[in-house]
Amino acid sequence: MAERDLIRIASGQGFWGDDLDAPVRQVEGGPIDYLMLDYLAEVTMSIMQKQRARDPEAGYARDFIALMERIFPACVEGGVRVVTNAGGVNPQGCAAALVEAGRRAGVQGKARIGRVEGDDILDRLGDLIDEGHELRNMETDEPLSVILDQVQSANVYIGAAPIVEALEKGADVIVTGRSTDTALTYAPMMHEFGWANDELDRIAAGVVAGHINECGAQSTGGNCLINWWSMPNMAEVGFPIVEARRDGTFTVTKHPGTGGRVDRGTVAEQILYEMGDPTTYITPDVVADFTSIELREEGPDRVSVQGIRGRPRTDFLKVSIAYAGGWKATGTLTYSWPDAAAKAQAAARILRERLDRLGLEFDAVRTELVGWDSTHGPLVGEPPADLPEVQLRVGVRGQDRAAVERFTREIAPLVLTGPPSVTGFAGGRPRVQQIMAYWPALLRREAVEPHLRVRVEEI
Amino acid sequence: MPKIRLVHLAHARSGDKGDTANVGVIAYRPQDFELLREQLTPAAVKAHFGEMIEGEVERFELTNLHALNFLLHGALDGGGTMSLMNDAQGKVFSTAMLRMEVEVSQETADAVTGKGRVPAGWSAEAYGSSPTAGGSGGDGG
Repeated sequence: MAERDLIRIASGQGFWGDDLDAPVRQVEGGPIDYLMLDYLAEVTMSIMQKQRARDPEAGYARDFIALMERIFPACVEGGVRVVTNAGGVNPQGCAAALVEAGRRAGVQGKARIGRVEGDDILDRLGDLIDEGHELRNMETDEPLSVILDQVQSANVYIGAAPIVEALEKGADVIVTGRSTDTALTYAPMMHEFGWANDELDRIAAGVVAGHINECGAQSTGGNCLINWWSMPNMAEVGFPIVEARRDGTFTVTKHPGTGGRVDRGTVAEQILYEMGDPTTYITPDVVADFTSIELREEGPDRVSVQGIRGRPRTDFLKVSIAYAGGWKATGTLTYSWPDAAAKAQAAARILRERLDRLGLEFDAVRTELVGWDSTHGPLVGEPPADLPEVQLRVGVRGQDRAAVERFTREIAPLVLTGPPSVTGFAGGRPRVQQIMAYWPALLRREAVEPHLRVRVEEI
Repeated sequence: MPKIRLVHLAHARSGDKGDTANVGVIAYRPQDFELLREQLTPAAVKAHFGEMIEGEVERFELTNLHALNFLLHGALDGGGTMSLMNDAQGKVFSTAMLRMEVEVSQETADAVTGKGRVPAGWSAEAYGSSPTAGGSGGDGG
């Protein structure tokens, strides 16, 4: 392959459930070299783990298979390589389904599928603890052994190396498990530009590009607060495209004619999304300094990004562990004028008293008035008497499933046994949900990296 | 000195990490960044949110972006799937932040009147339908 000095990496999905047609628009709307599809969030892995427990073939983003069946021929024809973490907790199953999708799409002999495995350490947790890896909770400092029997999923955030390896082995579509969201964007840069592991500023720039790409349209006008009322053509919002250059600078843009907007404001908002200490954005491959980012508007819907600095990676990888942490349910009822909020507050008081009389114990009971204080809490003060309507929202959380179940049966009776002017119960009884609590931990990289496997096969 | 809400001086975005909400605040006008840095201290922000957050407030500066990033610890009722909050992932803590009042010069107050809010005469019918629809209530940051 001829060396390229510029590659276009398009973002097609920002989460599992994102705009299904966005990747199609990215592939068909103009030239791109790579399509990155991010399907995973903290809670996604545990959902996929549950699906795999019921069906050994499941445990990945099935949307991705249907999508590839649509776009596979166009990707093969246009030389667009796809990098995704759609594999979830079953990259092998995902890759197998992808082979079938490729055959149905008529690309036999024309495409190779790479898969990355080894990030899933659920079956290794006991051994790791025995070897002295305590996997302490980064927030509470407790060792994992405390909740080991409640763990539902455990995946290590892995970096670019296995994706680069798959690209070097000629994979056209690469399916991983818990790769970091950002690696899906910067691994292609490392592969194309041959960046060495110690080219820290360039890799850090790739991380910033990945952060801008990883939430889809959130950097191109979607969910953007700045001048939101003037966002053009949002029904066909363009997803971000990173034009990456060999020197580590890049430009954020989108296809011509698509909706949304790329300017300093939309890009800056996404840079700050889910940001911790901006000087120390830790990834498996580099520690990026987001305070070094310089943005310049080059032209309409084009923002160039430069100046980014990086520091060496740490000796640890982050582990995302989900464990069964009890049960919860949330019920709602709607009250109308006059005195809507007073009625809702009275209903909440009666409900609490009934729960008390039943002797039900919960770790938490929460009452919010949707339409008044459910987002800004006490900052909004007392509700006015003339509020046209308000939705009472009551949630409970506890370790006793039966108690939470009983709570769900106490909402409907309020319609006939509580304050008047109440409606909005057509949805039926609230659903009891199992809480998947999150246990962030660190693990030494040598406990993980030898277990990572890259396999490439032709369709 | 007039007091105005932060919504006229800055835009913002928030997200979550466990039980911590982050709020990034970006000055619309570079010349207002210093004022934000002086007045949006961790203590002032902690006082603004009051009982909405149980833990401490940390602040980081991104001078190149004319932005401040705040970490609000203990803001999400346990966070993730544990939280009973409507806003369990802290998605709109950003706008709660923009309710905060800051002191500005009369000149600044006059210059930013109405900024950050939907312009008069705007209609949702026009939203997103064409590149020129909806007018413009700001200068694009």
